[in-house]
Order: sequence, then C-alpha cells, then structure tokens
Amino acid sequence: MKTRRLDNYGKINRDKILSFRWDKKNYKGFEGDTLASALLANNIGIVGRSFKYHRPRGIFSSGVEESGALVTIGSKDRRDPNVRATTQELYNGLEASGQNAFPNVNFDLAGINNYLGRFFAAGFYYKTFMGIPPFEWGRGTAIWMFFEKFIRKAAGMGSASELPDPDSYEHAHDFCDLIVVGSGPAGVAAAIEAAEKKLDVILVEQDSLVGGDQLAENNFDNSQIKNQLENLGIKIMTRTTAFGLYDNCVVGLLERVTDHISAPNVNIPRQRFWTIRAKHIIVGAGAIERHIAFNNNDIPGVMTVNASKHYLNRYGVLTGKRIAIATNNDSVYETAQQLSEAGANVTVLDSRTNFEIETNKSFEIRKGYVPYNINGSKKIHSLDVSKSEDINKSETINCDQVLLSGGWSPAVHLLSHRGVRPKWDYSNACFLPSDSKENITMVGSSRGLWNKNDCIASGIAGTTDALNRLGISKTNYFFPKPGGWKNPIQPLYEVKYKKSRSKSFVDYQHDVTTDDVRLAHREGFISVEHLKRYTTLGMANDQGKMGNIIGLSLMAELLNKEIPEVGTTVFRPPYTPVSIGALSGRNVGKHFRPLRVTPMHQWNIDHGAKMIEVGLYQRPWYYPKENETLSDSYIREASTVRKTVGICDITSLGKIAIQGPDSSEFLNRIYSNGFSKLQVGKARYGIMLRDDGIVMDDGTSWRLAENEYFMTTSTGEAAKVMSWLEELLQTRWTNLNVNVTSVSEQWAGVSIAGPKSREVLNNCVDDSLVVTNNNLPFMGVTSTFLKGNIPCRIARISFSGELAFEVYVKSDFANTMMDLLWENAKKYDGCLYGLEALGALRVEKGHVTAAELDGRVTIDDAGLSKMASTKKSYIGSAMRKRGVLKNNDREILVGFFPTNLKETFNAGTIVCEKNNIKGQGIGRITSVTYSPELGHWIGLGFVKGGLDKWKDTNLVGADPVRNKQMNLKVVSPHMIDPNGERMYA
Amino acid sequence: MIRINCPYCGERDHSEFSYGGDATINYPSLDASEKEWTEAIFFRKNIKGFQFETWHHSNGCRMWLVVERSTVTHEIKSVKPCHPNLQKVVENNK
Repeated sequence: MKTRRLDNYGKINRDKILSFRWDKKNYKGFEGDTLASALLANNIGIVGRSFKYHRPRGIFSSGVEESGALVTIGSKDRRDPNVRATTQELYNGLEASGQNAFPNVNFDLAGINNYLGRFFAAGFYYKTFMGIPPFEWGRGTAIWMFFEKFIRKAAGMGSASELPDPDSYEHAHDFCDLIVVGSGPAGVAAAIEAAEKKLDVILVEQDSLVGGDQLAENNFDNSQIKNQLENLGIKIMTRTTAFGLYDNCVVGLLERVTDHISAPNVNIPRQRFWTIRAKHIIVGAGAIERHIAFNNNDIPGVMTVNASKHYLNRYGVLTGKRIAIATNNDSVYETAQQLSEAGANVTVLDSRTNFEIETNKSFEIRKGYVPYNINGSKKIHSLDVSKSEDINKSETINCDQVLLSGGWSPAVHLLSHRGVRPKWDYSNACFLPSDSKENITMVGSSRGLWNKNDCIASGIAGTTDALNRLGISKTNYFFPKPGGWKNPIQPLYEVKYKKSRSKSFVDYQHDVTTDDVRLAHREGFISVEHLKRYTTLGMANDQGKMGNIIGLSLMAELLNKEIPEVGTTVFRPPYTPVSIGALSGRNVGKHFRPLRVTPMHQWNIDHGAKMIEVGLYQRPWYYPKENETLSDSYIREASTVRKTVGICDITSLGKIAIQGPDSSEFLNRIYSNGFSKLQVGKARYGIMLRDDGIVMDDGTSWRLAENEYFMTTSTGEAAKVMSWLEELLQTRWTNLNVNVTSVSEQWAGVSIAGPKSREVLNNCVDDSLVVTNNNLPFMGVTSTFLKGNIPCRIARISFSGELAFEVYVKSDFANTMMDLLWENAKKYDGCLYGLEALGALRVEKGHVTAAELDGRVTIDDAGLSKMASTKKSYIGSAMRKRGVLKNNDREILVGFFPTNLKETFNAGTIVCEKNNIKGQGIGRITSVTYSPELGHWIGLGFVKGGLDKWKDTNLVGADPVRNKQMNLKVVSPHMIDPNGERMYA
Repeated sequence: MIRINCPYCGERDHSEFSYGGDATINYPSLDASEKEWTEAIFFRKNIKGFQFETWHHSNGCRMWLVVERSTVTHEIKSVKPCHPNLQKVVENNK
C-alpha cells in the first residue's frame, strides 16, 4: 500500500504543521488530522499487532468502530492504552506507539503465534483448564496458573500506566427538553426543527466537528451549519460521546475536553462525565459499514470503503494506488469515482450480477465477482477473486489496497441499552431499531435510511414525534421507508476459501475467525450469547461494531436458520470506552468519600491526638506522650481514667431531639425496656430491636422536659436510627404526635470519666451544686451553664464503669469547653483519652458496642435480658423469641481470659473445645484489649451456652489467620467492678 | 436512573432517596402474635409490574413516600407522602 497526501483535497489546515512521534520516530501532520490520517499520510501501514496471532494490522476505518489501529498514547503517568488512532485528534508533540508487539509492530517476535493458530482457537482459555491429553496432565487450576502469565503477556492489548493519574476529571449535570445524539443530516434537521419550536436542545457529537458523514463529502462546509445551530441557541457539544441511555431519558455523556491539546491548562479537567436529564432523546447515531470475511481479510491495506472516502475528502489522503473495492451494495460507487478522479486505479467487484449504476466510467466494475483471498502479509500484493457463482474460476488482481463494504449496520446500540431489541430487515440486510415506548426516537441512517434527503426528512419527523409525545403538538408525520439504494443489497458475509487452512476474520480485534465460529457450533455453543462468550466475538473494546453481524450470519447458516431466529446479543453501555478517571470524577484521594470531623477536631490534634476513622468520622485514637506507642499510650490513658480522670471526645455519637406530647409513648414502643415512667431530669440506657427481634442499636435517652427527650445513638447506626424513627412516625404510627430532629451536628459532646470527674466538673460549672451526688445522681440529667455562661447539658452516664459524666454544649462552644475541662483535669493529673482507651475501659466493664451488636445478636445473646421488658409490647418483642432465636445453644456474651495470663490473643479468634478444633467452633472473640486494671489481656465474645456451661472448662482459641492457638477460660463479661460501686459513687 | 417526583422537593435523582420496602404491608399491633409478625415482615410478593413501595428522601426533605413503580420498566405512576396528614397538605396545595 502506498498512501500519500494530495494537494487539492481535504479540510485540514495546511498552514499549521504539527509534529508527532510514532514508535520513537518523528513525523509531521496538519491541524485537523487524526492520528490515523497523519499515519496514512506518512505512508505508515502497520500500526498494531493482533490480539492472539500477532498478525500485522493496519487502519480499518475512520471512526469509533476501529478494531485494528489501537495504539498507546502518551508515556509514563499519562500512558493511555487502546486508543483508537482513528478518533485521536493530532496535536503538536503527540507521542504514540504500537502495542501488543515486541520489539515493534513491524517486526514482532510473537508473530510466530500466527503459525500456531490451531492451538489458539476458540475456547482455548477454557480448554487449558481441562488438562493436556492424553492423560489430561495438569488438569485443574495448576497448569492454568503456570501458563497464565505467558498467555496474558502474549494475548491482549496495551498496558495501562500503573502510576497515579495526574489528570483531573469532572462530573457535570444538565437538563434539556431534547437531546439529539449525532450531528449528521438527520440529527441537525431534528435539532433545528426542535429549536424553532422553542425546545431547549442539546446536540451531541462525538467528532470534533459537526456534520457526521457529510464530513466525508468533497465539498462540504460545516461552518454554515454550525452557525445556524448556534444562532438558534442549541447547545452543541462536540468531542462528546453519548455512551449510554438510562431510565427516565437520562443520557450519560463523556466529553473529551483536553485529549486533543498538547499542553492543556492544568485547571481544566481532562474529561467530563455528564449526566443529562432530558425529556426526549433523538438518536441519529448513523450506521457502520461492515467488512466481508474471506481469507487474509486483515492484511494492512484493508479498509472499509467509506473510511477511504473520509481520508480522501476530509484529510486529503489517498489510501491506495491500485484499489480493489469489494461490495454487495450501491454505497461504494460515489467513493470509487472520487478515488479514481483523485488518481487511483480502481476496480469494483460487486457480488451482484443484475444491477445498474450510473458512473463516469473512470473505473472498472466487475459484476458477479467476490474476493476470496489476499496475497501478502505485511502489505497487500494482490487479491484473488472469483465469480460469485463459481468459486473455482479465479483470477488475481494486482492491487495495494482492498476496500470492503458488506453492507451497513445502523447504530442501534443506544436504543438497545433500553432493552429494545432490534428487528432484522431482509431487504436491507441489517438490524433496524424497533419502536420504543420511552421517549426515544431513532432518525437518519440509524433507522436504515441510506440517502441524505430521507435522513433530513426523518430528523424533522423525529422532532414532530418528540413534540407529540411531550404533548406540545398533535401533528401527523411519517418516517421515510428504510433503504434508499437504487439496487437492492445482496447479502454477502463470507467468501469461503478452497484451501482448508485459512484465516477469515470476523472480529479483527479479538482475532475471531470464521473457523472459530464453526468450532463453537461443533462444540455446541450455538446460542448467540454462548457464541459470544466462547469465541469472544464482539467482546473487544469495539464491542463488535463491525463483525457481529457476520458472526450471526455464519451461525445462522450453520444452524440452517435465518439471522433473526439466531437473534442478536444485547448492546450495553458504554458505546465507546469510558475511562475509570471520568467515572470517579473528583471522588479520588482525600475526596474519595466525605470526611466528618467533630467541632473539637483541631483542638484534639493540637493536643497530640492521633486520629482514626470511625465510619466517616475522624475520632481521637490515642494521645501519645513523647515516644509512646499506641499500646503504651492507651494503657496509660485507661489507667489514668481508673485512677483520676480522663476526657474523651464523644461528639460522633448520633443525637436526636424527640419532642411532642406522645414522645414517652413513642420511646416506650421503640425501646425494649420501659420508658414511660422515666422522670424528667433522668436518663436511661435503652436497647432498640428490629422488627425481627434482633438488636438494632443501643444508646441513652434523656428526659429534658415533660415532652422533650434527647436521644444518643451509636456512631455507626446514627443515620439508620434517625431514618427508622422517621419511618415509624410517618408510615406506621401516624397518629403519634411526635417530632424527631437530628441534632448530631448541633451538639459537641465529651465524656469525663474517673473518680475525680465530679471534682473537675464541679470546677467548670457555674453553679457548683448542680453536680453533687444528691442533685445529679447516677443517670441524672441537668441543663446548666459552664463557666463563661456556656449553656450545657450534663448527664451522669458511664461507659467506662467509673464515675462519669457526659457534657454537651452547642458545637460553637466545643473548644471553649475543652479548654475549660482540660485546664481543670490537668490539676488532678488527668488525661485526654482516645478510642483505644475507651475500648479498653468498656471491655473491662463488659459493655457491648458495634463489634458485639453485629446484627445477628439478640438481647438475650448480649446478656441483657433484664433490658427486655415483660410488662409491655415493643418493636421486636413478638419476634425476639422466634424459632432459632430461642434455642438454648445460642452464642451468649462472655468474657475471656487467657489461661496463661502472660499470653495475648486477638479479636476474630475462634473458640473451640479442646479436642475439637475445627470449623466455626463453639464461639468467637469480638473484642480484645490489654486490661491495665487486671494486668493481662482480656476479651469479650460469644460462646454457645454462655458462662454457665463453660465456667470451669479450658477452651482453645484458634486463630488460623495469625497461625496462633492459646488456651482460654470463660469468665463473666463484667470483668471489673461487677456491682458498679464506682459508677454509683 | 430512576427519577422520583418528590411532592415537596420536585423531581430528583433516585440517588437522593433510600429504598424502604413494600408499602402495602399493614404492620400488626405490637402485641400481635409471632405468626402475624412473621407474615408481615418475612413474606413478600415478587411483583412483576406496578408495585407500591416506600422510599425515603434521605438526602432531601426526609419525607417517607409511597412510590408506585413498575418493576419491569421503572416507570413511576404516582408518588405520595406516606403520612396521611402530609398527603392532605400536598393535595390542598395542588
């Protein structure tokens, strides 16, 4: 093949020369080129190696259906593999290379695969699992594991960069009345008609220019169309692909903002991922020309006919000197004429015998001829052709290029995303879109219209359809009939080769040959979905845009069926690949998910806190002094709390204001324990069950006034509890007069715990009488003021088992409160303590948290049977003793000590009986800590039958993950101060 | 993407909402038998076509809604507040 740039052709800007690198060599192109057109202009024919056989591949098309010219763009952290050279706009300094080849695409060592083809046939991967005959040596996964790395290296595409993506991406949203996909004659007509009828219109075009297939016309000027569209207020989005249609007329777009710019502004995102909510969608996505399967139909120099027209008229590149065109339809003749006028020697082989076509006779037409073999390997030397009726009468045509047109497939992909199956049209040999009940209308050649006037008429009809469906008008309209060629197409999918060994490609990109389809049929994979998966036909990143129909026709022939009986696979989004970066948008790095901090976050950090994530929250984990490790620190903090006093940020707890005359009744129904008799000025610990009787969450509720409560929930379940309360009030108990409001963000909370906590608090409140044992007994609540006139709520609640208080102030006062409390706590040698120490304290005390209340545990399992009222009914009361929940071998909460007190163990350990260490054992350990109080490691967990059953038995903790085993004994979960003397102090 | 026309906020993406469950269940009284509760919380019809389901506008007005949605096409026929009083307010404001 000899490709060259012509002087008088093309719409490229010859004043602007761009230099680029291809496989480490410098070349030049012009502004307006694609990488593919620039490569062709530089007479570069081989641009890639094929997937399995490493055959040299050239440029097959001029658009998104490209399945040969897949290249890698950029380098290092901007290396982007599998880019279609046909859609990549050229820019100054563009760096591209061929892929799947070593050392390069012109000379590839793995080309040997081409001669080992019979080992790489369809189902090759699957068969590898079945072992190597005759003894099925290596059956199973071992052989696969061994060969996998070689196969993966040999087969495949370009490799992505493993470095972090330096580019930014954006998510964007828009609304409109009508979105038109495709700016060909049909789409433009539809958009203009709609804008004139005052609809708000977005026109989407994947190309850099509007015009669609008209860009391949020799005297098309798109600026006029562009002006007209803009003057009508239509939002034109070029370089933007509608990759998917979704429910409710939602369209996903990918806008390539800077992929065509050499040095993009760093403040501009590389790509934008658009979600467009439209009222109606018009799809004028065009049609895609098919190739024909015959031997060696993939040699560089093979191209679709329409692609060469694009290269000639848009880019001024003549793609061959002696061109053979093989076809079965009328669409090629205009191109043939233009190619010959441009100086090529053209021969058209038309499989049809009876047809008439008007031409200027500048090229030869051979009626009733088909191609059956290309001679050549890295380029085309000649084409073997024969009479279509008699394959044995053959002759050879000298040529350097073979252009193919096996018919056209309307781009029904987007409609297919909505589950609308296309229907086969015999007279046009293609699938046509069916009607959709949703507001989607197909126009132009994507509904099988082959001439421009029909396309324009269909665009206007499409908009009328949209207006009618939107209830804006009631106008009659009709769509032109599919077709539009003078002579009917003659189906031609494959020309069989006489010699037994041949490679007729159906799907270029995945190296699927006609023999692979036949093999799949022989082995019973005859449904299209099986055919697809077994041969990988249509599974490459072109998603079978060119080859699918050929594959279906072959299967139909083998099954003695018609194509519609064989069916078609469903196209799913995306239409063309969407980068992961665009999908994630700005949700990367520290913006991966929202970050919640408490109002004293900075205060904590300033005071030495190391933070830990709890759900979305950042909470203080521990406050190390000098060289303290985590263990040193939390053990010191926990000991200090037990000895004197400690302060802990507990703001992340969920907080809900419950107000209204029926508040008490409401709480009485949702908590398992009684709440109706809770006095004003008292708090109560409560447990909520789910409808099915399992524990949902625990927390405290404070009765601030007759009709007002303040509820706290666990950090993790805060949102769920809030939704649950709203659900109950809005759907089930609609006559209860209660209002719930989330006030989690409004209040900052701390826990002050330890024997000196009262003294500390006493120094901090305005009125020192409020926190005395008399005025604020255990579970007492008061609303008062901290020094400095700061309103606060205090409850005497203990999670640590010590004398302790929870103090809440409005979030704005958080830092002032911390300063005040810390100033006074220091006087008693107090400490700040984090989540790790909090955990140690509560494990010692046997208090449960999310680690224990994991959604499988009943109130009895948690050893909290006393919390289940027998005097009332509540959510979950009917179900908490159902079926398996009443079995007496359920796992019950217990404490664990290592038998040898010097040993440690871990949460996640499985508890087993001594001589029966297997499976799930008889229990599990949920929380483990070092107990400063007891001086050894302790744990909380569950064991079948509970303490009573195992009190005096030695059990074994199996920890296969850490390869550990230790002897354990079961103890009461209340490992210190079981009678609560400290709490009540 | 499903778009739900919240009676208070207007038409919004389903990502603003959380799915609740079957809106047609009459939950038994709290003192009802285990059998009745089992019936109410474990047994569901697998409807092909339109069904009434609850959705919570969790990232919006926090209203619980009854949405009449087709399980086949996602088409939504009606959206109403669950709470009868709110339903009345919405009706009156139409």
